[in-house]
Amino acid sequence: MKARDGAITLALLAAALGSSALSFFVGPSHLSPSALIEGLFAGHGAASIIALDIRLPRAALGFLVGAGLGASGAALQGLFRNPLASPDVTGVTSCAGLGAVIALYFGLAAGAYWLLPAFAIAGALGSAGLLYLLARAGAGVMALVLAGVAISSLAVALTALALSFAANPYAMSEMVLWMMGSLKDRTLADLAYAAPLIAAGVALLTSAGSGLEALTLGEEAAHSLGVNVAGVRGRIVLGVALATGAATAAAGAVSFVGLVAPHLLRPFYGFRPSRLIAPSALAGGALVAASDVLVRTIDPGEQLRLGVVTAMLGAPFFFWLILRLRREV
Amino acid sequence: MSAALRFEGAHVAYGGRPALSGVSASIARGAVTGVVGPNGAGKTTLLRAALGLLPLAAGEIAVEDRALRQWSRPALARAIAYLPQGGEAHWPLRAADLVMLGRIPHRARFAPPSDEDKKAVAEALARADAADFAERRIDELSAGERARALFARALATKAPILLADEPAAYLDPAHQLKLMALLKEEARRGTAVVVTLHDLSLASRLCDEILVLKDGRVAGRDLSEATLAKAFGITALRVVDPRTGAAALTPWEIRSS
Repeated sequence: MKARDGAITLALLAAALGSSALSFFVGPSHLSPSALIEGLFAGHGAASIIALDIRLPRAALGFLVGAGLGASGAALQGLFRNPLASPDVTGVTSCAGLGAVIALYFGLAAGAYWLLPAFAIAGALGSAGLLYLLARAGAGVMALVLAGVAISSLAVALTALALSFAANPYAMSEMVLWMMGSLKDRTLADLAYAAPLIAAGVALLTSAGSGLEALTLGEEAAHSLGVNVAGVRGRIVLGVALATGAATAAAGAVSFVGLVAPHLLRPFYGFRPSRLIAPSALAGGALVAASDVLVRTIDPGEQLRLGVVTAMLGAPFFFWLILRLRREV
Repeated sequence: MSAALRFEGAHVAYGGRPALSGVSASIARGAVTGVVGPNGAGKTTLLRAALGLLPLAAGEIAVEDRALRQWSRPALARAIAYLPQGGEAHWPLRAADLVMLGRIPHRARFAPPSDEDKKAVAEALARADAADFAERRIDELSAGERARALFARALATKAPILLADEPAAYLDPAHQLKLMALLKEEARRGTAVVVTLHDLSLASRLCDEILVLKDGRVAGRDLSEATLAKAFGITALRVVDPRTGAAALTPWEIRSS
């Protein structure tokens, strides 16, 4: 049992590293892997610019964005004790998106690059915090999921409002493209803010540990086992806001990764919610990095967007999941 | 003998409505105390108050002769094990992993299970007669087996006090009797066992002490005709087992009072 879990985790790590490496080596400029690796350390020349300023941020962000979303999904599913929970379903992604669109709408993102992530994280915190307050007021799991749907609809409506009042076609297309999710043209500056924020978020989520495990028995039983239930909830809400907010700021709306990654892995980890977080981060990272390679391979002109690909793969999966759960219940 | 758990004029209010109004009771070690009463009498509230899940509006609850508010959360978790009503596990864990959750009060947050934890889990599984299906997933167990796995989870904590809320509900008669026998066995080992029950026969036959609640107050400490009339407004048919002298109680008629 233990040995098998370890083997699966190692395989996930290998898949995440492999797809990130592939993401680093694949691109429109046909540079050889050795030239790219040399370029990483050379510090000058065209290969260096491509390796360091284009490929590295893209490959690293692919992994990080997926890791943030995967870990968020696993933690939310554990907290809500529901396999349908995820950053998208609870409205966290769309609120992060709304925050970013607001920054784009007012042209703030052009002024200072950190404003877009700040707005996205604020949006994510807003929705996650609202869910937290509802949960603290005694709302049950079902009420929270419904609240997530309501929050999500509101965020989407406000985003549409911003689109229809966009100052010019350019601003509008910028917002629309951003909402589709992409890792195109990301810079080291994007990596510099996203990496620490996503890492901090995932660390917070992982720290919930046995508290999340105890929630399997319900909140009162968890409390009777000495778990600080409010503390676990707070940690997860803040961790999800950081990880999902920063991921959405860096890559736009990349949906379904947070839903799919933990769900696929759950049986391999004995359905134990706390042990699922780190593997889900690895699987999410591998999924997004690989999808990003897919986007570039299918359509080198990149009219196809990353978020569209993950949604096209993820939505049928979600449908299948609902059907299967319906049969089980 | 000092009590394991003592309620002294405990008042609990739910959103302004009183749920417990001045309940005083002593829960003895080494005995099964059955808490009975009509729906909404405050049976579950009594257990939840003892766990510190509900604030006391007035009165006092003492756990092991120490006031509840002086207990830290982890220490209280080691002193009282709780088996909630309709206890469900939301993920299909392996039964042994489920039972290991009962060791959380004894473990550091990220520490792997110690030999002591593993021993306690094996012991709890054996005591709950659940060792045979320890490796199976709980969604593959029958209701009776699942109830025993959840019971083993509570035993694994090795707490001196065990609170079980309607553990016999939804079980077939054989599993009901089995679970009550397991509770009695725990009491014989010195545990103070409190169990809420709707089944009057189980209460009268298998509990050492009885606490009858009605409208948040103690209506009696036995299952006499007068108490049943007062608390439930019913009469009961009594059948005495000639071998043991224990009585089976079947609710018989509503008493118009």
